[in-house]
Amino acid sequence: MARQTRSVVITGTGTVTPFGLGISALWSALCEGKSSIGPCRTFDFSGFPTPFVAQIADELFDVKAVVPKSHRKATKVMSRDIELAVGAATEAINHAKIITKSHEQESVTIPPGRFGCHIGAGLIAAEENELTGALASARGADGKFDIGRWGSEGIKNLTPLWMLKYLPNMLACHVTIIHDCQGPSNTITCAEASSLLSIGESMRVIGRGDADACISGGAESKTNLMGMMRQHYAKRLAATTPGEDPTRVVRPYAPDAKGCVPGEGGGLLVLEAMDAAAARGAVPLAELAGFGASQSFCPDTLGVDPEADGQGIVDAIEAALADAGMSPDAIDAIIPFGMGVTLVDAAERAAIHTVFGARAAQIPIITLTPAIGNCGAGNGAIAAAVAVRCLTEQRLPARINTVGAVGLDANACVTRAAKLNAILVFTPSLGGQNAAAIIRSIA
Amino acid sequence: MSAPRNTDLPRIVVTGTGWVTPLGHDIEGVWKRLLNAESGMAPITRFDARTFPTTFAAEVTDYDVAGFVKDVKVHATAGLNSQFALGSASQAWKQAGFDVVPPRNPRRVGLYLGAGEGVLDVENYVGSNIDAWDPAANAVDGVKWAKAALGRMTPAREIEQEPNMPLAHLAREFNLRGPAYNCLTACAASTQAIGEAFSILRRGDADVMMAGGTHTMIHLFGVTGFNRLTALSERKDDPAEASRPFSLDRGGFVMGEGSGMIILETLEHADARGATPLAEITGYGSSCDAYRITDIQPDGRGAAVAMDAALVQAGIDPRAHDAQGRPPIQYISAHGTGTKENDSIETRAVKRVFGDIAKEIPMSSIKSMMGHLIAAAGSVEFITCVLAIRDGIVPPTRNLTTPDPELDLDYVPNTARRLPVDVCISNNFGFGGQNDSLVVRRFVR
Repeated sequence: MARQTRSVVITGTGTVTPFGLGISALWSALCEGKSSIGPCRTFDFSGFPTPFVAQIADELFDVKAVVPKSHRKATKVMSRDIELAVGAATEAINHAKIITKSHEQESVTIPPGRFGCHIGAGLIAAEENELTGALASARGADGKFDIGRWGSEGIKNLTPLWMLKYLPNMLACHVTIIHDCQGPSNTITCAEASSLLSIGESMRVIGRGDADACISGGAESKTNLMGMMRQHYAKRLAATTPGEDPTRVVRPYAPDAKGCVPGEGGGLLVLEAMDAAAARGAVPLAELAGFGASQSFCPDTLGVDPEADGQGIVDAIEAALADAGMSPDAIDAIIPFGMGVTLVDAAERAAIHTVFGARAAQIPIITLTPAIGNCGAGNGAIAAAVAVRCLTEQRLPARINTVGAVGLDANACVTRAAKLNAILVFTPSLGGQNAAAIIRSIA
Repeated sequence: MSAPRNTDLPRIVVTGTGWVTPLGHDIEGVWKRLLNAESGMAPITRFDARTFPTTFAAEVTDYDVAGFVKDVKVHATAGLNSQFALGSASQAWKQAGFDVVPPRNPRRVGLYLGAGEGVLDVENYVGSNIDAWDPAANAVDGVKWAKAALGRMTPAREIEQEPNMPLAHLAREFNLRGPAYNCLTACAASTQAIGEAFSILRRGDADVMMAGGTHTMIHLFGVTGFNRLTALSERKDDPAEASRPFSLDRGGFVMGEGSGMIILETLEHADARGATPLAEITGYGSSCDAYRITDIQPDGRGAAVAMDAALVQAGIDPRAHDAQGRPPIQYISAHGTGTKENDSIETRAVKRVFGDIAKEIPMSSIKSMMGHLIAAAGSVEFITCVLAIRDGIVPPTRNLTTPDPELDLDYVPNTARRLPVDVCISNNFGFGGQNDSLVVRRFVR
């Protein structure tokens, strides 16, 4: 078989999470055992089973502060999802000490034609106030929406570029313009698996020689009305009672796990061919050692109820291990999706047991959703960025909320130093796609 | 002609094709209508579009997914994108012979789609929003909205809008367990999906890939969005004449809908099971404009890079005639949307790649007949390349009545043309800057 020829390293990580811009903000919060979950700032969500979300406060992130002057006007046509990607990209680029067009200097580090971009995206929700304001202008005498008035007059109340906020490939569009990435670019839209699938595709694109570097990951905001509604309908939402502590709601793998809350966040990595990174004198943070993808056979077709035995997840993990040429024994920690939804947790637990056998209960699990909720297409890349930080710090972050986890090392605990060489990150998705990546210390 | 150059890499062949389009739901019937330059455009029936700037589109008609799947109950909640994909996929699956002898190892059978987002539940979404509108605050009241929406919307209808749901339906119907992806790079999506599926096979990560696209944007917000961008033709009086790629009087694209699907496999796998290769993919190129949010790079730089990369991979020199004195490729399936900007820039890009030979290469746009299938466009156009090679005939560009003096390539105006075709290139360029090209050629052992 024709296999990967070029090794791929991670030279930068960028995240935008409810803890703010940058991996350090997220890392500190995770180590301190914080949760960002609380009431929604933009809408009163108390009509849903829970009013809680994991949302980024305005004072922690302003996209205008991270775009070059030449792109500032374009922030007007950015949905929240696009803003998250743009912020994460700037962070990742700066972390990797790469000069791009955005720095407005004479020369750039990566030739534009050799610079790819793979940013996973979700189903982007329209800004409800903007759209409804326009829709309301087309009401008839009975107060109801009149499609005839909409077609003839109402649509003019939407800005001409309205749709461009919501096309999933506009995340990559803005990022590639800002950083001048003219190499291969793709927009993978497989719900929560989107960003790990994107990272895997970047790895293949670099591996086959079609690019030397890629900005890769994903971003999504689910902290809006439709995001909330669809999570509720997909049986992903935790029901809470008035007065309940929002920071304790999400409890992955706990016997009393009751669901998750919508989050918003973006994660992007700078991936580079090891040879190209060495040639520019970059110090890689970690190696992207292996990747695997698969499809589950879901009992309800749509994947609302996951494959109970987690076989699809097993297939993705085993493919990633084979790709890395590693045995399961070499994995020192795992960042699963860990959603806190009983059936999804059970499928992940079953998969971990199938792959790791007797060791399954001894491998530390790192859980992120209690802190940042479900960031959709952002999840896997945020997890990958955390994995990189675990390796460079040789430390496991704290875990919160989970008590009595059966069969996994997932109970609440404080942060601790740990000898870590390889971390497995995996994400199953609503819809049944699975992706797994292995991130390893530089030898 | 000789076999392609990269003999150290596995050869990847097409063994199945299927489509559901505005011109029909079977390979041969649609192909015949394309060669006859028929039009699939008509007034929109999917919603009341009578007052919109654009009132017409090319809709899939008389289609029933029940005729294509084993048990329609399994797909009871399927939205239009999934319904179209199930129809095209089942044709391709059958042509590949998998309906009789399914693949031995489902874990080696993957899926790569360029499927669009599903259709919003317009009535209930708009209704909920308006019920919850607070004009004094100029905002939606979240509590009222939740009450309204929870009382009106339905779970499956909402979940089906996720763009990865066609994957879920196809995986379930055909028991596909290998690598599974959906990409959504606007109008380039299904070309990119086929290209990445090809790359997955070449690398050895699967033996078989189902690849293609499915999409409809013929809904209230799709037409609204494109009308606001002034990208659609507004030639209301004459839908069949509205899509006019490369014609001086072109005025925007016409929306189509549907799905194209192919089965790709390694030649080794096809041979082992005695399957008949229909064509071979030998090159895939992908690039990004990184130029502007609303405009294509005016020199066609990104498009040219994608074509060049595909040709290099296929071992084809675009500036040299082949051994028989023909152009190095004999047909270009154009992106050819019928917007002023696309057709001019695509022409420039083709010239940039092929130099003086560009004028010798027939290049047509089937969007003139079945409209623009957006994410699904590339997969359907790819299949026309496979058929052009098989039958030695290329489809025309309908409605090319007024040549544009700046567009001086051979766009195969109005009438299909017989000519021996061994190698084609299929191009698609996405709004947002992603460009993809595929080289497909006659299979020769």
